[in-house]
Amino acid sequence: MVILSPTLQQVEYALEAIKQGSAVVGLATKEHAVLVALKRNAEELGSYQKKIIKVDENLGIALAGLAPDARVLSNFLREQAMSQRMIYNRALSVEKASNLLADKAQKNTQSYGGRPYGVGLLVVGYDETGAHLFEFQPSGSVLEYVGAAIGARSQAGRTYLERNFESYANATKEELIVHGLNALRDTLSQDKELNSKNTSIAIVGKDTDFTLWDDDDVQPWLNKLDSTSNARTSGGNNGGDDDNDDDDNNNDESGDKSETKPEEENSEDKMETD
Amino acid sequence: MSAATVNSGYQSETHSTPIEHRFNPYSDNGGTILGIAGEDFSVLAGDTRHTVGYSINSRYEPKVFDAGDNIVVSANGFSADGNALVSRFKNHLKWYHFNNNKKISLSSAARFIQHMLYGKRFFPYYVHTIIAGLDDEGKGAVYSFDPVGSYEREQCRAGGAAASLIMPFLDNQVNFKNQYEPGTDGKVKKELKYLSLEEVIQLVRDAFSSATERHIHVGDGLEILIVTKDGVRTEYFDLKRD
Amino acid sequence: MDHDPFRWGRPNDQHYGQYNNAIANAAIKYKDGIVIAADNLGSYGSLARFTDVERLFPTGDNAVVGISGDISDLQYVSRLLDDLEIEHNYDSDGHQLKASHIHEYLQKVFYHRRSKMDPLWNSVIVAGLDDDKPFLKYVDLLGVTYSAPTLATGFGAYLAVPLLRKVVDKEEDVANVDEETATNAIRECMKVLYYRDARSLDKYTLVTISKTNGVKVEKNQQSKEQSWRFAKDIKGYGTQVV
Repeated sequence: MVILSPTLQQVEYALEAIKQGSAVVGLATKEHAVLVALKRNAEELGSYQKKIIKVDENLGIALAGLAPDARVLSNFLREQAMSQRMIYNRALSVEKASNLLADKAQKNTQSYGGRPYGVGLLVVGYDETGAHLFEFQPSGSVLEYVGAAIGARSQAGRTYLERNFESYANATKEELIVHGLNALRDTLSQDKELNSKNTSIAIVGKDTDFTLWDDDDVQPWLNKLDSTSNARTSGGNNGGDDDNDDDDNNNDESGDKSETKPEEENSEDKMETD
Repeated sequence: MSAATVNSGYQSETHSTPIEHRFNPYSDNGGTILGIAGEDFSVLAGDTRHTVGYSINSRYEPKVFDAGDNIVVSANGFSADGNALVSRFKNHLKWYHFNNNKKISLSSAARFIQHMLYGKRFFPYYVHTIIAGLDDEGKGAVYSFDPVGSYEREQCRAGGAAASLIMPFLDNQVNFKNQYEPGTDGKVKKELKYLSLEEVIQLVRDAFSSATERHIHVGDGLEILIVTKDGVRTEYFDLKRD
Repeated sequence: MDHDPFRWGRPNDQHYGQYNNAIANAAIKYKDGIVIAADNLGSYGSLARFTDVERLFPTGDNAVVGISGDISDLQYVSRLLDDLEIEHNYDSDGHQLKASHIHEYLQKVFYHRRSKMDPLWNSVIVAGLDDDKPFLKYVDLLGVTYSAPTLATGFGAYLAVPLLRKVVDKEEDVANVDEETATNAIRECMKVLYYRDARSLDKYTLVTISKTNGVKVEKNQQSKEQSWRFAKDIKGYGTQVV
């Protein structure tokens, strides 16, 4: 028995799992799409959880939520991308990839005994219609964006993107990555900063195969950030939501509001999210 | 012919047993390939003629491919099987990268191809497969396979239609078989040495223009893929089109 | 030739499976696109069974598929093409269904069926414009593929290809051939095929795909200015023994 009251309770939990995960930001112009992600390690001595996964030469995803669920979905996408190449000799289009994910996730919301995927994804890729960025949610909803952020404290990142998306419409890939890092930096709490250990960057686009940078390869990009010591873009605009800009050209999720409340970076929950 | 059939008077010309029809899933698309390993490079070359019977289907249908990870591969014989093998190999290579996050070594690629071929032991890929690249020490390497996966590493190998024409030439010119030091009365063998890239390319061109003269399924064009530590590059030369 | 009256005119061993047969279609690249033609005959052995068979199937926005061989399999393939187009339209993501995609798909279908020892008894030419570049590629019941600036199936491989290669010999020649030259060459081929291939018709369909005019289908084309005067000089066949 599925109870709609008025939303699907299981899906609400799944959406909550995304907010527990660390933030990822995606941006797209007509020619390039960029993902930047904040990685977390469970403990000081532990390794950092991968946040960005390559799917194909032209396609990749970033995740917020349950990493194992993201692995299932990325493997699914890899298989779909492979069969497109094998059967039709073409790359999987970004829109089709996103719709395949949506269909797969939506089935879960209707079947008895199953559970929705506890992970949100940003899907980026390049195909013959240009570069694209999609946001996927476990509800099965998929929407295209020019800038999107999901995960913990992601509202701050969205705020940055909302203020800047017009200026990066024709940005070079370098500028686009810097914008992404700026947005990601805004999601950090006061005592945290981006470094080569906790940051992942990926780009895909025209004449650019999907490329993922981690660790030492990230440092040159961090060096491009404002010399203001890797700090917030503007004073006072950090963490939470600052003014009345929220939600109007955002999605219909009521959950965004809840993020304006200060949130635990590493909440002690039953499920481990990344 | 069954008893129910009316006698036609031409009985002696017709078969007394029922004719068995069986679809033949294979054909021979001609062409020949050749791989040679040098000290710090290797080459894999193939002609570009595609045939069936006495017909030339295409004068330019490449069959040597860059598989990535500095490995070049060609499967010569029945071209549908050859293409299937190469594209399946490339695909598995992609998953190898996803799963292992590193380049595959040539020896691992060779072992993997053995399994792909032997996996169809009872409905084989009808191809002679050769791969070339660099080994773990950076030395040129060529591996060759029979249709069901038996393989070995060699200094050089010719495969396909004109293999039997080219291979003895290679034995003599690459491995110096039957070559002796002058004035030793055939007692002292000529010492083995690595050939330079220029020498190898000239050797390959000579081998293919000779094969083109003597074999109808070889000709039109010669494509040589050269593997060095800097990557793979391609050279093309015309062959006779008659 | 098997003269047994009970076997004469029946599909022979080589043509096993093709109870209903359609042969020969010819295609050529030119600077702005492609021209392809196929006659409208469906034979039952030596019986001209159907004279209005359509064997050229425009698929997607910029491609046409020409099919020869068994007609029931031809109809099955044409349904696959319909399905392919429908599935593609469901996506409606602004992507084109290109000739190269269609060819790759058909190759997989044919190779899969041959590997099940249950082939689709056809030879297929996929022609079109991919990103404004002429595309021409062949696939058959074995899953064998090749591409060339001129292609033909069946008897066309012997009669049409040599004539077409006089117009475009190499890929580079394509840029020097205009639509009129290409169309005339194809029409000439269809006429020669009608002269020399007993299982052909002088009624055919001609499809031209170009940047400017898109897919242009001309049905019920008649081979014109036929001359059968040579027939009286042929000796040694039928009743005229000397």
